[in-house]
Amino acid sequence: MLGQFRNRMITMGWRRMIQTILTLFGGALLAALLMATGPARAQEDTARFGSGATVLRVESTTDIAIFSPVMDRFVAENPDLSVAYEQWGSNDLFARSRAACNGTRPPADVVLSSAVQQMVWLVNAACAAPYLSARTQALPGARRWRDELWGITEEPAVIIYNKRLLAASDVPRSRFGLLDLMRSQPGRLRGRIATYDIEASGLGYLFAFSDSLEATTFGAMLEAFARVGAVATCCSAEIIRSVAEGRILIAYNVLGSYVAAAQEPDVGVILPEDYTLILSRSLMIPKGAAQPAAAGRLLEFLLGPQAQAMLMDIGLVMRVGPEETALLPSARRVIALSPAQLVALDAHRRARLIALHADAFRAEARE
Amino acid sequence: MAEVPTLAARVLRAVLLILLAGGVLVAVSTWVNGRAAARQAYDRLLLGAASDIAESIRVQHGAPFVDLPVSAFELLAQAPDDRIHYAVRGPGGQLITGMDSAVPVPDAPRRPVYFDARLQGEDARFVRVTRLFAEREFSGEVSVVVGQTVRARRAMALGLVTDALAPMALAGVALLAMAWLVARSAMRPLEALSQDLAARDPYDLTPMPVEGLPQELRVMVGSVNHFMARLDRQVEAMRNLISDTAHQLRTPVAAIRVQAEGLQEDGTPRALERLLARTRSLGALLDQLLSRALVTHRADSAPRVAVDLRMVALEIVDARDHELLAPGVEVRLEIGADPVLVMAEEFSLGEAAKNLLSNALKHGLPPVAVGVDRRGAEAWLWVMDSGSGPDPAIAARLGERFARSAASREDSAGLGLSIVMAVASAYGGRMATERRPEGFVMALVLPVVAT
Repeated sequence: MLGQFRNRMITMGWRRMIQTILTLFGGALLAALLMATGPARAQEDTARFGSGATVLRVESTTDIAIFSPVMDRFVAENPDLSVAYEQWGSNDLFARSRAACNGTRPPADVVLSSAVQQMVWLVNAACAAPYLSARTQALPGARRWRDELWGITEEPAVIIYNKRLLAASDVPRSRFGLLDLMRSQPGRLRGRIATYDIEASGLGYLFAFSDSLEATTFGAMLEAFARVGAVATCCSAEIIRSVAEGRILIAYNVLGSYVAAAQEPDVGVILPEDYTLILSRSLMIPKGAAQPAAAGRLLEFLLGPQAQAMLMDIGLVMRVGPEETALLPSARRVIALSPAQLVALDAHRRARLIALHADAFRAEARE
Repeated sequence: MAEVPTLAARVLRAVLLILLAGGVLVAVSTWVNGRAAARQAYDRLLLGAASDIAESIRVQHGAPFVDLPVSAFELLAQAPDDRIHYAVRGPGGQLITGMDSAVPVPDAPRRPVYFDARLQGEDARFVRVTRLFAEREFSGEVSVVVGQTVRARRAMALGLVTDALAPMALAGVALLAMAWLVARSAMRPLEALSQDLAARDPYDLTPMPVEGLPQELRVMVGSVNHFMARLDRQVEAMRNLISDTAHQLRTPVAAIRVQAEGLQEDGTPRALERLLARTRSLGALLDQLLSRALVTHRADSAPRVAVDLRMVALEIVDARDHELLAPGVEVRLEIGADPVLVMAEEFSLGEAAKNLLSNALKHGLPPVAVGVDRRGAEAWLWVMDSGSGPDPAIAARLGERFARSAASREDSAGLGLSIVMAVASAYGGRMATERRPEGFVMALVLPVVAT
């Protein structure tokens, strides 16, 4: 593509190692602090869209590959702008944003992250600039906070399974179905159920934390995972590939948009009928951004019907139609942009949830 | 010239002023109350959240562990747009969990304490709750500080103010409209009156109608009507004076001219004598005309006071004017010991008495008596001569202007008794005649003032 360039700077292994180091130190706050003061880290990937004179610096956790059609359309409609897009891991992005908020480095113009709890933390720490328009006000309450943070996407946390290996009658439609399946066929599922390693994956942690708030099934799920020796793994791509190849039969709490992007024909998707967590990737304009007006234009564009339709095609916004899913409106649980997310970042709370999770996934070793 | 505001504008301005003053008062008081209410309501949320967090602290492996409850943050999220601060600190003030931003916590005893401080450059409200642990592994005080910016509190206070002011503003508009309508309808009769007056013929001094007018206006229209009646009488008197004067002067002036011409021809001392007598009687006539005009004027304009009729009679007799008119005639004074008071004006009464006396001296027979009586509710100022009085035909016309009889002397203008009549009617009395065995009485009869 013209005007674009990419370079992979670091490997997954590097990232994994850093994350392991971080978890050794416990809470994300401590980790973020360390990273803010530690040596400068490089981004995972960069891209440049458009050739306008005004450069809008976007720092995001979203893969460039997924997001580039939207960005191409944005610069096509705003020829005076060009977008310098940097893709970061969520924890790195959090550390950078905190550093920018402290004034130790210049802020980006737009920060877009799937780690809702970190974005809420940043807004709560007065790191964001307000922006108000008819479109931002039209957002539901769960998708905006203080007119400083807006949810751009709607991505469900889904259960995926291998269509070849799991009979249609065995496919669990809800958490209760999954629990029953794990109870009735423990031998068949042993070692072949996967979910995120919540220590390593910010997204996995957010889903687990939201699960722990939503329902009493959380405890039962952990117990059942422990019984069948579920696998905790770090990355969406790895999980989806495992399911596609049949090494894993069922994966729990996988981000639906990644599944859609992977385009694996053998992977079936279930929106749990009891409740489906919906993640809204959130956008903020950092305080002191060099191009706040251009950032506002990007926000307007992303919330506009055109971009939302494109995001829907990519799978970043759920279709709401009877033909698509049987999901009841009451089963939708949008992870709200609210100060309650601050609890997710609390050091003690995080340590406790990770300990619970780790206990469950270590049970296999003890047996 | 500065524009004088209309009455309606004044009323509206007064109503507006009252409304504004009331509005400011209500706004200030609801703002103060609303702020207190918002503070109380949100302070409770703050305390609830802090207590929740304090409750969730437990000692684990020899150190306090906070299982931060989401419910606390959901409580705080009741103020959806406010930023939150929380910090749990151990005995030494070291952070156990929470946000390590510098909030100056006041030193205070071990119960919940609220304080105001800044949170990242925004006004915020904080509460500190402490919990004391005394366990084998850990003992000491753990403090929980929870704070929140004050956006929701301000919004609530503002909402209370607008809620209170909005109906008041509506009522104010209604009140203004009503005041305007009332002022308009109150002014309408005035407009009608002024239109009536403007459309009038300048000589039309008939009273304006008072039916259907409000009480307040009736008083005003009444005074205007009273004034117009006075004006009417003055104008009438003036007209009479002018026509009388013209009428009265014609004959003597013609006579004087004839005599002067005669004097030119023969120049006898007798002709000169007659010319002098004519001019003298012309002077007397002018005096009488003036006096009558004066009496009519004063009856309307001079203030009425209590006058003792005896004093009037006494002055007439004491003045001894009658000695000029009829030398040698005896004039007796017959008055009692008690004052006889009437409400009138002394000059007019004197003129009336003088004319009564001169009438008796001219037309009656001596001796003549002047007296004052009280007869029931009436006061009589009378003059009696010893004659039998005029013919009944003449007596019926007594008091009319220029009612001169055959017996009238040359120097009489016939105005004397009409002056008496004018005074009598001006002060609510009448002129009376009476035939007595000892003579003929003419009297000015006025109502007595109760003493």
